[in-house]
Amino acid sequence: MKKRILSIYGLAAALITILLCFLSPALAAMPENAEDAPGRRLARQAVKDNKQWTTTDHKKMEILNKDFTSGEEITRACVSCHSEAATQFHKTIHWTWLASGDKSDLRYGKAGFSVNNFCISGNAMEDKGCLGCHTAWNQKGVQGEVNCLKCHNSSGFNFDEAFSDIRGFSEDDDPEAHEMAKDIQQEIKKAVGKVGFPDRKNCGDCHFNGGGGDGVKHGDLDTSLTKPNRMLDVHMGTDGKNFTCTRCHTTVDHHIAGRIYTNPAVDSRKSLIEDDLAPKITCESCHSAIPHKNDSKMNDHTDVVSCQACHIPSFARVNPTMMLWDWSKAGKMKDKKPYVEDGEFKKPVYKTIKGEFKWEKNVIPEYFRFNGSLTSTTADDTIDPGEIVKVSWPVGEKSDPQTRIFPFKIHRGKQPYDKVHKKLLAPILSGPKGFWTTLDMNDAIERGNKTLGITYSGEFDYAKTTYAVPITHMVAPKENALACTQCHIRETSRLANITDLYMPGRDQFRLVDTIGWVSVLGAFVVVLLHGLGRFFIRNGRED
Amino acid sequence: MTENKPVKIYLYTRFERLWHWFQALVIVILIITGLEIHGTYSFIGFQTAVRIHNYLGLSWLTLFAFFVFWLFTTGEWRQYIPTTRKLFLVIRYYAWDIFQGKPHPVQKSAHAKHNPLQRLAYLGISAMLLPVQMVTGLLYYLYNDLQGLISLPILAGIHTLVALFLLNFLIIHLYMITTGHSVLGHIAGMITGWEEVFETAEIEDWETKAVRKS
Repeated sequence: MKKRILSIYGLAAALITILLCFLSPALAAMPENAEDAPGRRLARQAVKDNKQWTTTDHKKMEILNKDFTSGEEITRACVSCHSEAATQFHKTIHWTWLASGDKSDLRYGKAGFSVNNFCISGNAMEDKGCLGCHTAWNQKGVQGEVNCLKCHNSSGFNFDEAFSDIRGFSEDDDPEAHEMAKDIQQEIKKAVGKVGFPDRKNCGDCHFNGGGGDGVKHGDLDTSLTKPNRMLDVHMGTDGKNFTCTRCHTTVDHHIAGRIYTNPAVDSRKSLIEDDLAPKITCESCHSAIPHKNDSKMNDHTDVVSCQACHIPSFARVNPTMMLWDWSKAGKMKDKKPYVEDGEFKKPVYKTIKGEFKWEKNVIPEYFRFNGSLTSTTADDTIDPGEIVKVSWPVGEKSDPQTRIFPFKIHRGKQPYDKVHKKLLAPILSGPKGFWTTLDMNDAIERGNKTLGITYSGEFDYAKTTYAVPITHMVAPKENALACTQCHIRETSRLANITDLYMPGRDQFRLVDTIGWVSVLGAFVVVLLHGLGRFFIRNGRED
Repeated sequence: MTENKPVKIYLYTRFERLWHWFQALVIVILIITGLEIHGTYSFIGFQTAVRIHNYLGLSWLTLFAFFVFWLFTTGEWRQYIPTTRKLFLVIRYYAWDIFQGKPHPVQKSAHAKHNPLQRLAYLGISAMLLPVQMVTGLLYYLYNDLQGLISLPILAGIHTLVALFLLNFLIIHLYMITTGHSVLGHIAGMITGWEEVFETAEIEDWETKAVRKS
């Protein structure tokens, strides 16, 4: 008897030991131990030394130690040493506002036929309101001279304002005004001496305000990224890696890496180990294509799902972003005057000159297959106004190895189109003849389309449009990445619209499940009836 | 019936019992985690369920190879040879005679541990359902490395269906345990190795408990 008890305990002990042996590696692979995931290790190596150094102190440059009376003079001083800078810059999209290097190709770009569904159009640089973001001095567009300080101004000093003040004070006869002009002159000199590499604010002045204001266009780029914490952006966080934009958007001959309209940011994803001169623009550049711990199922996702899809759980996490802009509501008056109505987040929900808006915070992205390219509907393309016009939309096929499931902000809009020619229209907005002054849409369109050289029939209506903005910034710390069940779940999957693949947890086959469960239920019922039968019929007669 | 004295024989060796209970535990955990992965319910968390499911599945697959080796070297595979002899008697027993309190038509012995119905059921499980489940499971696990070899929906469909069939088996199996001489008779047999049978069958002396005990 003793022997038997021993053997039972022995058996139990053996079973438990075996099970523990099997389960322990599985438990060891739990995420809290993922400290040394290969992707993090590689990325840390890639960005180890962040010290920038230079052999030049601009404060000591003789040519910069003089009185400047205009921005153009500063630029001339810059190019007297940096002889090729302006020539290089003239070839970039930041200058031409055309996606193609060929200047006669006007198809894509703010200086071409591109429209969006925010501030609608750049009108071939004729809408002067847009030129605040062009990189020439004094909003002269490509006719002007390069404003190096648009990007290289490290002090935050407002040169435009300073020069207009100086002009004002100089024309004044008051000696005190002359004194003040001199003071400003000193400030200009000081600011010029501080030129340097672009920081987040330089890029952000335009890109955080894309579409006409803070957070209007992107959703993953707004002024909250000027000084973000790492919870908002794990790379740019001032309490984290403190990256500037150019840490990833690397530059060759003043061409800055990044997507340009329909052109993807890179032709193929490569890590710096595969190609050390590749731009650092993709996540894979530093983190590789197998960033998670080796036994992690997550690594099996990287050929289908973008890093962004899981690691940016939501966008506009600090500042709200605009989700809808309805131009058809523009023009309403209050007491015969244009007005502004503020709503949630202290953001305008109505402006007479712009129409109706909707703002949202902590927005959950929409997900689409994306190979890095976007299709664009320009002012020269024929549309079907009966359908929602996709002004900008991701391109990607399941079979394309460059395609990943990617997060997007989908901005919805209503904007004017030509009822006869079936084309989106490009009204002039700013200036004395622009819509914002005249509130006459028909006239604004006539003037606007003339700048593009696209004929306008004289009849317009408003079409529903969508504009897809890829979400790639605001990467959250890893502990805030999506849980599996944000997608692998029956009812509320974030990927509910991507139906051309089988996802465990989300998908099932009705027939298979029905047959299976009927068999299980059948077994249960049979067993139950059989047991009850035995109990009642044979009751007491057993043994 | 009263003439037949129940005796205990040593029916299941230590290895068989170990394998049985290991397999039982694995199957139960795999079903619990598998159904969570399938989206049927939320219990221990999807990610944990996937990890445990993958690990247990692979471990089982590896150990199953040893089991198959054991099965053939010991000749125990013969226990699974299907037979129609007395099959209908057994079916009649479970469908009718059991309610009358009549004895089981087939007695267990070391040479025939399974009655004809069990043979058929276990052969189906061991030679059909489990291998299919293991192969589809392995291909499912390796899906990403075997790009385009076999479609995931088909794999997942088969894997789910067989899993539910196994759950069906588990329910019937658990119930059948209670049909022994006493409600806990069979389960005691699988724990200790000693199963109670009636003396009618030809049982060799060395097999009986009395002999071993002395």
